[in-house]
Amino acid sequence: MTRWTRNLILAASLTALPACASTPAQRGLMVFQQVCSACHGMEHVTYGDMSRLGLSPVQIRKWAADRQMPNGTDDNGDPKTRPATATDPILSPYPNEAMGRLANHGLLPPDLSRLALTLPRGAEEIRQILLSYAPTPAGVTLDEGRYYNTALKWKHIGMPPPLQDGMLTYPDGTPATSAQMAGDVSAFLDGVAHPHQAKRRRIGVYVLAYLALMALLTFLLQRRIWKGRR
Amino acid sequence: MTSPLKTPDTDPPGWLERRLPVMSLLRRQYVAFPMPRNLNALWSFGAFLIVTMAFMIASGLFLAINYTPDITQAFTSVEAIDRQVPSGWFIRSLHMGGVTMLFACLYIHIGRSLWYGSYKAPRELLWLTGLGLMLMVMVTAFAGYVLPWGQMSYWGATVILNAVHAIPLIGQPLSELLLGGDTLGNVALHRLFVLHFTMAFAILGVIALHVAALHVVKSNNPSGVDPVNPSQTLPFHPYYTSRDGFALCLFLMVYAGLVFFLPDLLTLADNYIQANPLVTPRDIRPEWYFAPFYAILRAVPSRLGGLLLASGSLAVLFVLPWLDRSTIRPATRRPMVRLSLPLAFAAFILLGIAGMHAPTPAWLLASRVAIAWWFIHFLLVMPLASEREMSS
Repeated sequence: MTRWTRNLILAASLTALPACASTPAQRGLMVFQQVCSACHGMEHVTYGDMSRLGLSPVQIRKWAADRQMPNGTDDNGDPKTRPATATDPILSPYPNEAMGRLANHGLLPPDLSRLALTLPRGAEEIRQILLSYAPTPAGVTLDEGRYYNTALKWKHIGMPPPLQDGMLTYPDGTPATSAQMAGDVSAFLDGVAHPHQAKRRRIGVYVLAYLALMALLTFLLQRRIWKGRR
Repeated sequence: MTSPLKTPDTDPPGWLERRLPVMSLLRRQYVAFPMPRNLNALWSFGAFLIVTMAFMIASGLFLAINYTPDITQAFTSVEAIDRQVPSGWFIRSLHMGGVTMLFACLYIHIGRSLWYGSYKAPRELLWLTGLGLMLMVMVTAFAGYVLPWGQMSYWGATVILNAVHAIPLIGQPLSELLLGGDTLGNVALHRLFVLHFTMAFAILGVIALHVAALHVVKSNNPSGVDPVNPSQTLPFHPYYTSRDGFALCLFLMVYAGLVFFLPDLLTLADNYIQANPLVTPRDIRPEWYFAPFYAILRAVPSRLGGLLLASGSLAVLFVLPWLDRSTIRPATRRPMVRLSLPLAFAAFILLGIAGMHAPTPAWLLASRVAIAWWFIHFLLVMPLASEREMSS
C-alpha cells in the first residue's frame, strides 16, 4: 500500500470514528508516552496539541504535570525545573544535547516532531525499523551501544529494541504485540509530522465543492454573455 | 442588455468625478476597454498572476506577524505557525502553494508571449517590465525560501551566495552585503527577511507599470494583427470579466488541490530539518521553479561560466525584441519558429527535470544539449527567421 492510500485511510478513520473509540494514532500516543518519551522528545509539539487525538484537558494536564520543564536557576546557579503545562513543548528528557549523547553512547536520540516526514519512506520506515531487530549474526561485531537491525543500510542502530510483546495494556483491549505497537506508534508519528491533516482534507473537500459550483455558474454565465459573439 | 460601451460618464460630473476622476478612469480602463475578440485561454494567465500575488501578499503579512527572523527561533516559529497558530497551517500552505502557482503561471504567461510574438513593437516595454517582474519574483522567492531556516534553506542559500560571490567585480561586495558577515547567519537571515518583505511591495509597483503599459498598447491576440475598427473588439466587461471569472475558478481549484491535498509537494521534506551548518544534506536540490537554472549551473564545469550561461539564458529574452525583427507575430505563421520554439520550450522543461535529478553523465549531457538549443533558438534561429521573412 502506498503512503498516499495509507494516509487517506488514516484521515478517513480519524474523521469517521467517534472520539471515544481507540484509533491507531491514539494507541500510538500511549506507546509514545510509555516507551518512546523515555529518550525522545517532540520539541515543536505541545502537550495541548494532543487534544486533537481526543485526549481530554484533564488527561493532558495530568500528563504534562508528570514531566519537568527547565525553569531558570536557583541562588547557587543550579538549574531549576517546574512541572510542565499544556502549552509547553514535549521536550526530550535530557536537559541538553551533551547529556543526551552521554546517556546513549555518543548518539543523540532524534526529535520525533517531523521524523515521519523527513525519513525517505515516511512512517512506514519507522514501523519497519521497530520490527527489524535481530540477533547479531556470527562474525559480525558491533560497537558498544549498537544493535543489529536489518531495516537500516548499515544493519545497526543506536536505539536498543524498544518494544516487547505485552509491555503495556491498551485500554480498548487490543493485544499489545510488538507489531501492533509498531504500527500504532508509526501512525501516531505520521499524524504528528503532518499536523491538521484530517482537518485540512475535510476543509479542502468543501473548498473544492464550492469552487466547482462557482465554476459551473461562471461557465454558464460566460456562455450566455458570449452567445452569438464568436 | 445595455452595452456598457454606451453607458455615458456621469453627466453632469458628480462630486467625486470633478475632484478625482477615478470612476470614469475605471470605466474607460476596465469596463469599456476594447479587447480583441479572439483571445484564447492563455490570455487568462495574467489575471491568475494578479490574483496569486494578492494571495501571496495577504498570506505573507499574516506569516510575518508570527515569524521571528532569528536563527535560534526562525525554525521554531515556522513550526508554531504550522501547528499552534490558529489557521496557521492554512495561511502557510496558501503562501507555499502560491509560489508554485505564481511560477507556473509566470512561465506559461511568458511562453504565450513568445509563441504569439507579444514582445514585438509596440509592446517592447510591456515585455521588459514583465521580464523585470520575473527577476524580482525570483529574488523574492529565493529570499523567502531561506526564512524557515531548514536544511534546504541553509544549503540552497549557501549555493546561491557562493554563485553570487563568483560574479566578477560586483560579486564579492554583493554577497557581503547580503551576508553581512563571513558566514550565513543571523545578520543574513534578518537581511533576507527585509529583502523578501520589501521586494513583495516593489513587485506591486512594477505590476502597476506593467498593467499601465498594457493599457497603452492594448492586448496582442492569436492572429497577431491588431484590431483596427471597433467591430473587431469587445468591451472588457462583461465579455472578459465573465470569461476570466470562469478561468479563475478552474485555476483556484488547482491551487486548492495543492494547498489542501498535496501540501508535501510544495517543499522538500529536508526543509523540515532545522538548518545545521555542520551537516550537508545528501543532495542539495532547488525547488522545481529554479531547477532549470540550477541544471545550467551544474552542466558547466566552471563556476563563472555556469553563472554566465544561467544569466545569459534570461538575458537573451531581454534582447529578443531586437533579435527578432520580423513584423509577423504568431509562431503559427512562421514556419521556422513554429518548429524551433517548441523545441526551446522542451529544452527548458528538460533542464527543469535534469535540475531535480542527481548529476549523472546522462543528465549532464541532456542539460548541455538543452542549453545549446536554447541559445541556438534565440541567437541564431530568431534572427535568421526574421531576416528571411523580412526579405520575402
